[in-house]
Amino acid sequence: MKVKLYHPTREIILKGPKQVAVLLRELNLPKEAHLVICGDELVTEDLVIPDDQTVEIRPVISGGE
Amino acid sequence: MKCRQCQKSAVIKMERHNTSLCGGCFNLYVHDQVDRAITEQKMFDHGEQILVAISGGKDSLALWDVLIKLGYRTAGLHLDLGIEAYSEVSRKKVETFAASRGLDLIVHPYKEAYGLGVIEIAEETARPACSACGTMKRYHFNRIAMERGFPVVATGHNLDDEASRLLGNVLQWQEEYLEKQSPVLSDEGGTWARKVKPLFRLAEREIAAYSILNRIDYIVDECPMSKGAKMLLYKDILNRLEEASPGTKHKFYLGFLKRPRAATATAKPVDLHPCQSCGQPTPGAVCGFCRLMQRVTP
Repeated sequence: MKVKLYHPTREIILKGPKQVAVLLRELNLPKEAHLVICGDELVTEDLVIPDDQTVEIRPVISGGE
Repeated sequence: MKCRQCQKSAVIKMERHNTSLCGGCFNLYVHDQVDRAITEQKMFDHGEQILVAISGGKDSLALWDVLIKLGYRTAGLHLDLGIEAYSEVSRKKVETFAASRGLDLIVHPYKEAYGLGVIEIAEETARPACSACGTMKRYHFNRIAMERGFPVVATGHNLDDEASRLLGNVLQWQEEYLEKQSPVLSDEGGTWARKVKPLFRLAEREIAAYSILNRIDYIVDECPMSKGAKMLLYKDILNRLEEASPGTKHKFYLGFLKRPRAATATAKPVDLHPCQSCGQPTPGAVCGFCRLMQRVTP
């Protein structure tokens, strides 16, 4: 599967299928600070992403002041 | 995973509420939380016109979207900070959002007004970037609201913003800031525009989810000046606590709001008078913004 990441913006390829919760854990990305978009849809952590899918892992934290 | 309300497929699991919701039910939840914040804290009513501070990020655009859907009269204010590509993209997102919904938008570009962007102003005054930016934002939100007759300025500060600010204030025992920290800052009898934070009951993750679900096109990139900012560290720490113990951020901030402030109430009432330079209310002879700009203007 193709995974889009931010900070810096990049794409990586991982072997699927893989559950969203497992994907975040393997990438060491906290659930509370990220959302996963599969295709065009927001998905929950129990969803299993097929190998041929593209997903975006979007960080939700912002702000400095 | 199924929606706890209607059994459709869920789009988000919220550990702190021990629930999962579908898109439709989640939107209702977000609207309800904002409505509850506005009502409980007496932020404003439908008769008042609200100036919404819009950065182009998820929080402010989601806030504007929700306020419109709840039927409030609004206009947007975008401060173009002059941070090169970041500000260009941000401004474009804001203008596109406003145009697509036919909303009134005020844009105040720093470079046109002062010949400098916020980075240059921070550098010339040797102030931390977020500190200089905060001073300038607070000044312009108030000044533009007062000049244009808006009694209320709404910002997109969320639960994570407020909890991390509280953590920072507690760690440094900033008692004066602790006393003032609130989702509503009074207009001091019409001296200021009232400042309100209608998203304070919603976690940052929930607002990002709302923006994605409602196809709000926001800037995902971080402000380049916020790198290494303490607030980001505090947010990270709170998110680790949240994962270990869901509801921590909510209990921390909302618990703080419920507590009496007497223990920290040390500040005396502030005597405000017009700034000698710009006329805006200030406790000193010259306001913080004018002092900042005096250091960059030859």
